[in-house]
Amino acid sequence: MNMVWRERITLLIIYTILTATAIAIIYPVLWVIMGSLNPGDTLSATKLLPDKLTFKHFERLWSGTEYVLWYKNTLFIAFWNMILSTFLVVTAAYAFSRYRFPGRRQGLMAMLVLQMFPGFMGMIAIYILLLQLNLLDNHWGLILVYAGGSIPFGAWLVKGYFDALPRSLEEAAKLDGAGNLTIFFKVMMPLSKPILVFVAVSNFIGPWMDFIFARLVLRSDEKKTLAVGLFEMVTGRGNTEFTTFAAGAVLVAVPITILFLLFQKHLVEGLKAGANKG
Amino acid sequence: MKSKAKVGALLSLLFMGLGQLYHRQFAKGIFLLLLEAYVLIFWSLPFQWAMWGLTTLGETPQIRKAGRIVYPGDHSIFLMIEGIIYLIAFLLFIWIYYLNIRDAYKTGKIRDEGGVPNNIKQTLRNIWENGFPYVMLTPAVLFTAFLTILPLIFGIAIAFTNYSGPNYLPPKNLVDWVGFKSFVDLFQLKTWSRTFYGVFIWTFIWAIISTISIYFVGMLFASLLGHRKIRFKRFWRAIFILPWAVPGFISTLIMRNIFNGEFGPLNKYLQVIGFDPIPWFSDPFWAKMTLFMVNLWLGFPFWMLLMSGVMTSIDKELYEAAEVDGATAWQKFWKIMFPIVVFSTTPLLIMGFAGNFNNFGLIYFLTSGGPVNPDYTYAGSTDILITWLYKLTLEQNKFNIASVVSILIFIVVAALSIYNFRRTRAFREEDMMSQ
Repeated sequence: MNMVWRERITLLIIYTILTATAIAIIYPVLWVIMGSLNPGDTLSATKLLPDKLTFKHFERLWSGTEYVLWYKNTLFIAFWNMILSTFLVVTAAYAFSRYRFPGRRQGLMAMLVLQMFPGFMGMIAIYILLLQLNLLDNHWGLILVYAGGSIPFGAWLVKGYFDALPRSLEEAAKLDGAGNLTIFFKVMMPLSKPILVFVAVSNFIGPWMDFIFARLVLRSDEKKTLAVGLFEMVTGRGNTEFTTFAAGAVLVAVPITILFLLFQKHLVEGLKAGANKG
Repeated sequence: MKSKAKVGALLSLLFMGLGQLYHRQFAKGIFLLLLEAYVLIFWSLPFQWAMWGLTTLGETPQIRKAGRIVYPGDHSIFLMIEGIIYLIAFLLFIWIYYLNIRDAYKTGKIRDEGGVPNNIKQTLRNIWENGFPYVMLTPAVLFTAFLTILPLIFGIAIAFTNYSGPNYLPPKNLVDWVGFKSFVDLFQLKTWSRTFYGVFIWTFIWAIISTISIYFVGMLFASLLGHRKIRFKRFWRAIFILPWAVPGFISTLIMRNIFNGEFGPLNKYLQVIGFDPIPWFSDPFWAKMTLFMVNLWLGFPFWMLLMSGVMTSIDKELYEAAEVDGATAWQKFWKIMFPIVVFSTTPLLIMGFAGNFNNFGLIYFLTSGGPVNPDYTYAGSTDILITWLYKLTLEQNKFNIASVVSILIFIVVAALSIYNFRRTRAFREEDMMSQ
């Protein structure tokens, strides 16, 4: 067998693997999109190639469930978590990266250790604290919990990025008479766009995915987020509403997927940087 | 000769601010004096009460007569949290006290050496100039203190109490400190230890296999797509990235339906082509297989993306040199590409292991820990430590055992992370070590 044939067979094998994988990947996605357009209600009635398509499940989301409310809640939480977390992370990282002060080393060490604890460990205490502060079943309570949890990892990541920025720029600004705040906003922030985008996007996406704390903090039906609502839709009532769930899933997955794909490069780079720099 | 430094320090030790007054720093001295007086007058009784609460966790249980609460009783858990907050505040005060003594000592030293201590204006300017990083840090520190550190201390403290349902739940009952009893129970009491060892071993198996499988499949696809003759690379990559981009909980819930034993499409197809349906979720072995498969589906794109990046950054000359020496494709893979990729991805691989070790979402959404395992207490066949912990906490109120489990999880994850940080450049080059 000569070289040309060997290569052709190799290519054939590779293409076969790629095609098979592509089918395995697209199938569930396609199936759920079809499910959302399927006339039936249940899982067993859902066909990959339905006889006709319908939008009634999307209508049902609007009229029959609290879906719109959940969507609004999640958007609200995600947005404010993005603002608050990014603010907390960036200010802390800046102080750790650019200033030398007593307690800096201990602070960095403490954050390293803190990010190793499972978020769960403080669950009961957080519950009781929020209860005492009257923030249980309140979106702000949840936002505070998310923001607090994002600090240790985020601050290390952003600090690593800040460390790599040249100091000469700030020194020049300082010579020109710029104060601490001016340097922070006018010199550092514009240079830090990539990492700011990464932190902001991941803090925006975080609340869309979280189930544990949302379930813990938010109690009433009208305060729920999408993750909790959709989970209960397919596990609570014995799968009689599969197609409605499918419609709901499509509406969540599409924007988040697009967001992810748009910022794909930033996300991979950010994670890589985080691993290399600590 | 009497040293002004020592006198100042001694006076400040006696009462905050005295040393500063002795050094004629009146504004600072009076401020410190007032601070200690304020703390002593207004906070010593509450502090004593809080310490009583923290040590005893309450003494009077709730009293009810004919179903009505006559006496509300001590709430052990509130007492504990209050006690911890007071303890932290107390330590903070001790630290300020220490700084006050040190300041008096240092100022005295300046005077001993014939210098003039800073006046109030200079002191304030000094604080303003050097204090900026603290201003920047304050919000983050407050958040971390109340939402991370305090809950953690509390979470650890719970492990040493008997806080659990149905008999030790405030406000109806009191909670007591029991020392290491919950730890001993978990390891030795049959009902707990059997579940613990079973779940613990499965957690490790799960974390190892799931991490390694997605790592190598990711590598495989990165190298397949890296083959120079493959066309439409961007098209293939766009498809393969999909599972990574779709929100994890949604794809997991979709998979839960696809693998559904009775109504799921997979089993229907199997029946159409003449096979028996597979008990994806109702059989322990198949439930575990399903988890591995879905995890593979969800996880490999991330590694594929990452490794594609690493592979393209490998110097082409290495391959050319190998070709000149007559290396086969196989040799080039194992001797050049593989070591480089593994070397640069190990830290992430270890974090990936830690992530899978605590992969709550996948397990809870896909199998919810099921199928039922009659040998286990409050856990199913596919429960890992973290999902068991969740059930113990939110569903069963076994807070003490849950807390012990969470400490064990922490030990495992912390060991991995410390190993990781020690071997990354950051730890050695970071100037935090030399400061």
